[in-house]
This record gives sequence, C-alpha cells and structure tokens, in this order.
Amino acid sequence: MKTQEKGIMVHSSVATGKRLRRFFAHTEFYMILVIIALIAVVTTISPRFLSGENLFSIALSSSYTGIFSIGFLFVLITGGLDISFLAVATVAQYLTAMVMVAHPQAPIWFVIALPLVLGVAMGAINTLLIHYLNAPSMIITIATQSIFYGLLQFATHGEWLYNFPDWFVHFPRILVLSFVNERGVKYGLSIIVVIWLAVALVASIILRHIKVGRRLYALGGNLEASHRAGIGILRYRFFAYCACGFTAGLGGLVHSFITQTVAPNTLVGNEFTVVAAVVLGGASIFGGTGSIGGSILGVAVIALITNALTIMKVPNYWHAVCIGGVVLLSMSITALSGRLAARGEKKINVE
Amino acid sequence: MVNLIEMHNVSKTYAGTQALKNVDFAFERGVNHCLVGENGSGKSTLIKIMSGVVRPDPGAEIFFDGKMCQYLDAKSSLALGVRVIYQDLALFPNLTVKENIAFQLYGEKRMPFVNWREVTKRARAAMAALDLDLDLDRITGTLSIAEQQLVEIARSMISELKLLILDEPTASLTRKEVNALFKALGLLHERGVTMLFVSHKLNEVFEIAEKVSVLRDGNKVGEYLPGELDDEKLVYLMTGHQLTAEVPKPLKKGSGELLRVSSLSKAGNYRDISFNLMRGEILGITGLLGSGRTELALSIFGMNKPDSGDIYIEGKKAKINSNTAARALGIGLVPENRLTQGLVVQQSILDNLSLTVLDKLLNRGSLIDVGRRQEEANKWVNELSIKTASTDAAVKTLSGGNQQKIVLSKWLATEPKVLILDEPTVGIDVLAKSGVYELVKRLAEGGMGIILISDEIQEVLSNCHRVLVMQSGRIVHEFVPGKDSKKELLDRFNLS
Repeated sequence: MKTQEKGIMVHSSVATGKRLRRFFAHTEFYMILVIIALIAVVTTISPRFLSGENLFSIALSSSYTGIFSIGFLFVLITGGLDISFLAVATVAQYLTAMVMVAHPQAPIWFVIALPLVLGVAMGAINTLLIHYLNAPSMIITIATQSIFYGLLQFATHGEWLYNFPDWFVHFPRILVLSFVNERGVKYGLSIIVVIWLAVALVASIILRHIKVGRRLYALGGNLEASHRAGIGILRYRFFAYCACGFTAGLGGLVHSFITQTVAPNTLVGNEFTVVAAVVLGGASIFGGTGSIGGSILGVAVIALITNALTIMKVPNYWHAVCIGGVVLLSMSITALSGRLAARGEKKINVE
Repeated sequence: MVNLIEMHNVSKTYAGTQALKNVDFAFERGVNHCLVGENGSGKSTLIKIMSGVVRPDPGAEIFFDGKMCQYLDAKSSLALGVRVIYQDLALFPNLTVKENIAFQLYGEKRMPFVNWREVTKRARAAMAALDLDLDLDRITGTLSIAEQQLVEIARSMISELKLLILDEPTASLTRKEVNALFKALGLLHERGVTMLFVSHKLNEVFEIAEKVSVLRDGNKVGEYLPGELDDEKLVYLMTGHQLTAEVPKPLKKGSGELLRVSSLSKAGNYRDISFNLMRGEILGITGLLGSGRTELALSIFGMNKPDSGDIYIEGKKAKINSNTAARALGIGLVPENRLTQGLVVQQSILDNLSLTVLDKLLNRGSLIDVGRRQEEANKWVNELSIKTASTDAAVKTLSGGNQQKIVLSKWLATEPKVLILDEPTVGIDVLAKSGVYELVKRLAEGGMGIILISDEIQEVLSNCHRVLVMQSGRIVHEFVPGKDSKKELLDRFNLS
C-alpha cells in the first residue's frame, strides 16, 4: 500500500472491515444500543413493559409522530426548518372531519385524499413564501403556522368533532398480525403502523436512491454549490416542503383515526417531540444529513421513554424533563466526540 | 485551429465602472496559461465571461473551437467543456467523494433512480485518470482542502473537459500538496486539456504555466513567458509602480524587553520554546504549516494553554489563561483566517472596527457613545487608508487587502504592546501587501513589539529584525536576515 508520499492521505480500500467500522460510527448503531439498554433496564423494573401488547400499543400511539417526522426530515435535510407541520396537520384533519360529519356518505377515497391534498397545498404556500421572500424558513413557517392555526380557531370556535362514519371507526382496528392475550383480548400490529412503515420505506428509497432525494442532500450540504451546478433550487424546495405538507396531512388523518375525535387544539404545541426525534436520529439542524432509519429510531427512543415513565407512574411533567435531558445528552456526546476528533487531528509530531 | 478560445473586443461595464476595456485574448489549445492581475484588474470578470456567468458588453466576439458567438451562457459554456474551480470550492461536504464527483450524472438520463454502480464506476474512472487514490466512500467534508480540490478536479472530468480554469489553486496548499496537484494537472495536460490559472502573485503556478498574461485596470498589459518574469517585474506590470522593500530601521539602543517566553511546552503542539521580544522589534517566525507556529501564537494569546513553561511581560511573570487576560496585558493577535476568525463580515466597517474597544467608547450611562465610535472608525479608515465609500458598508464588500486592514486596525485600536500577526498577507495583492509591511514597520518604530508569522520566507526576511525557524514544534534556528539567508534557509530547512 502506498503511504503519504504524495502528500495526500491514502486510504485502504479493503472493503469489509471498513464497512463494519462505518456502521459502528453511525448514529443508528448507538440508537439501537440505547434502545436495547432502555428495554433491559425498564423490563427489570416492570416486566409488563416488554410484553408484545405493550410494544404494539407504543407503535400505534407513536405512528403519527413517526409520519410527521418523515416530512420534517425532508425539509431539515435541505437546510430548512418547517415549524408549521402540526398546524397544517390540524387544518387538514379538521376540514376532513367537517366533511365527514356533514356528509357521512362522502366517498372513502375523497376522505383519505382530502387531508393529503390540503397538506401539499399548504406546503406549496410555504415554499413560495420562503423562496420568493428569500427569508429564513423558520420565520416563514412560524408565521404560516400562526396564520393557518389562527384562521382555523376563528372559523371553528374550537368546536370538537366526533361521530364519524362506520368505516372510519372500524378501519384503524384492522390488525395485520393478531394475537390473543391471556384475558382473551385481541391485540397485534395495527394497519396504521403498517401505513407509517410503508411511507417510511418509500421515503427512505426516495432519499437514498432517487435523484430528487440526493438533490435534497446537495441543497442542504452547500446551497451555493447547488446553484453553481445548475440544480433548480425552487423545484427541490417544492418537493421537500410539499412532502412535509403531505406527511402532515397524513399524520393528521392517522391521528384522527386513532383518537376518533378532532379538536383544533390537540396537536399544535407538540412540535418539539418531532424535532427531538429527528435530531436524536442523527439529522443536523443545519441540513445535509439525516436518515429515515435514524428518525424511526429517534421516535422509538422517545416513545419508549415516555411509555416507561408512564408504566413506572412518574408524573407527566417529568416526561418533558426526561426527553429534554436525552436530547441534551445526545448533543453533548456529539460535541464531545467532535472535540476528541479535532484533538486527534491537530497533533503535531514533536520530536 | 490553434486557439481553443479567442476573444476580441471584450468590454464589461458594471454600473458605470469599466471592469474590462476592449481586451483581446487567445488561449491556445493544450497550453497552460496563467492570468495575473491585482484584485479589481478584471480577471474575475474575464473568468465569468468564459463560464457564462456574465455577458460582455455588445460588440464582443468570442470564438470557441472556431465557432463564433457573442457571449456564452452558463449552459453553453458547460456544454463546450469549460469548467471553473473557484477558490472557495463548490463541493457538498456532507456527501461522499464519489457522489460529489458524479452527481451531475444522474441528471444525464431521464431515470429517477440513481444508478450507484454507474456513479462508482465513473467516479473511479475520473480518479484513475488523475492517478488519485482517495476513498470513494469517504464523506467529502472530512478531507483536507487539498484533497477536496482534487475531488473537484475529478468532478470536472465527468463530462467532456476542454478548458479548466483554476482560481488561485495553490493558495491554501502546502508544498507537498502543490506537488500532488501539479501531478494531477500534468496528467490533464497530457490529455490535451487547456488550463488557465488565475493568480494575483508570482507563485507556484508559474512552474507549470507556459504563457502568462497580465491584466491591469481592465486592460491587457501583455503576454509573457514565465521565464521573463521575476517578482519585481511582475509587480511593476500588475501595478504600474516600482515597489522597493525597505528593511526595518535598526532597534534603538537600550530598548527594553517586552515579552519573554521561557521553556514553553505543550504536548502535541510545540516543545521547549524560549525567545524574547524587544520594544520596537519585529520578530519573524517561519516554518511549514503544522510546525507549531500558530499553536504557539495562540498560547501566547491565552487560547491554547501550555503544559509547562512561563511567559513574562515586561519582566513580570504573566498568567495568561484566556484571551481576555492577554488583551488586558496588552497582547493582540490577528488570526490567520480573517474571514472566520477576525471579522464579522456581514456587519459594517464601523461595527467591526469598534468591536474590540466598545468598553472604551462608553459614555457615563454605560451606553455606547455613537459620536466617539464614529470618530474612532474614521480615524482608522484614514490612518490605514482603507478604501471604502462609507464606514457603514458591510465588510464583505471590501477587497481582501482592505479586509485585512480592518482586522489590523481592530487590534490596533486596543493599543497593544505586543501584536502577533499570523499570516497577515495571505490572499491580498502586492500593493496591499506593501501597505501592510509599511504599517508594521511604522508601528514597530512607535515602540510596539511585533511577531510576524509567515511561511513566505521573503516576507519575514525583508520585514523582520530577527527570524526564528520552527520545525516539528521546536525552534531550530535563529538568525538576523542577511544577504544569503534565503538560499541558506531553503537549503537547510527545505522550506519551499
């Protein structure tokens, strides 16, 4: 093997060991370790935690957070920040619920498509504002969040909606895999969780193997370089923010499937959970990095912690403290390893 | 056709100022050209015209490969095989090397799926053509600047490459890295690629340039062979002035000691460093990048805690645990990288100039005295003849030389006793450089002690009273510049 004679670091190209090392360097690897440790510790304290029933129920109740995190990640990868997704989700789910209550006979495809279309439309509004005002996406989406949400509050007076058509009540109860517990109650893998995982799979393929997805990473890595390379910035921004709108609409729909009531104020205010999950999963708030796998694991860590605290009867306000602590801890580890790496590089060979 | 690109009658006017004035250019196929000129001489405009970023004023004629056109737009320039590698590289630091090289590929076909096998194959081919051996799966941001530059050159070869324009390609490279770059460029040369290097000084690129064109104030001064030019002549052609370097005036007798460093060591940085600095002295420290010189400077400035050893200021042992402590003791540091470490480039000249002395500009209510702040800023703008229309202009709108003057005056305003300058003239043109040298000498005559860190040997030789050579974290030589110092240094310490 050649050494440094060319003044360039020459790297071994022997593949297997390298690939393994790369896997160990990934955030995902540490996330899996954390999850295993978490499950082990909580199970010894409360054996009920590890039951299949509990895990399936955790999966179901974190499904909409998981769906929200997918679109949020798309925007984050481009170097943007979309704070408006829960307001978008609320508007989409509320309008859909209004249609269902007023017209119980409305075709199923229409009820499913409506929140998605509404989400994409609001994503498009965000894109146009961000692109043509050339303003920071965070500020624009804070503004549109308030506007979308405020208008909804005004129009609905905060009224709750329920009494949805039969199919809407029964659909979320479908189990793709089902088991029966000792008390004779059926439990299992809900179709809702399958929808989440299917969307995640498609998103993961887009990000890894489709041109559009790779361009999102390019945008987030170096916007100026993307410009110079003739990459159409607007087109890819549209894609990212509309994807965020799409998953917001879908997440809103899934949320109303699970809760069977729609109120204009249940979702907004919980944005932090999604942000925390995605950042825990290794995405950078400055763009350019992040993966669907990481985000799913991030959602899982937060859901497991919350659930464990609930099982251990820890009061509700400690949940937020714990999740905040976990995010801080993960940031500290990243910062520390970055500093260690920098120290390693700086070494001068003093004779 | 001998000429790959021929330009006649090219002018470009920006908002009333003429950046290029009726110039004619011809670049022969397969020849390494060099284009030199000071900042503002029109060389960037010329690159932009060739890469299709700006259009020349009407009346220009451009022949590319014999085909006539009035201007090139970005797309047609790319299609003709023109690639520009700017000093601030246009890579995606978050993506792998192979994706950076081949990312244009997946726009080629109307396929939504990325063909990773093809990406790897083409990237490997581009690497092989340049005889490079970089890990294709490495994240590009973790490579050194030199390696990143090579990645960008490999990228330019993904589609047909006829003219490669490199803007200051050697500016931030060590000699070893320059050699590696030249080796890769040599392979391109063999393939018949025409290359154009753009520079504002006589440097390494002259070693492989075959023809040199000089621009001054938007006019073409002439074309030369690199052998015809030396530093002095080139400076004259570029500026129209003869620059004479004056050695610093000898130290006044009985000048007291300002700073003494005694057996300073830090593991992994430097070892057993001892030297002193007199009042009014300019002390040069030279050595290759990575010799520990910058780390040493940071230690004196309180930003890199040494393991052992002492620092004395005016005979008194000083405890310098932070940069605040260093400032209080009268030590100033002008960092190497002015853009990231020395300036807030989006802010105005006024804000930047007053940043270090805000506490001196407070009125009785502890609020900033706006009038005095303006006075102070005006004083430095005049003193250092910083060229700007107003002190409200953002620093990023200034030329490199003027930016460097802002960094300097920011520290001068604190009235330091010891001023450390780390590579003060990197990236600024010759006239601005001589302005900086003149200022340094004037400050020393006023009694300030100055430590000038530089890897340009000529710079320390002609501006310092005394020079220390650092190698692998140690001071290996100390001398007073004389006639033969340069040759001796080059031979003994392999510094070039």
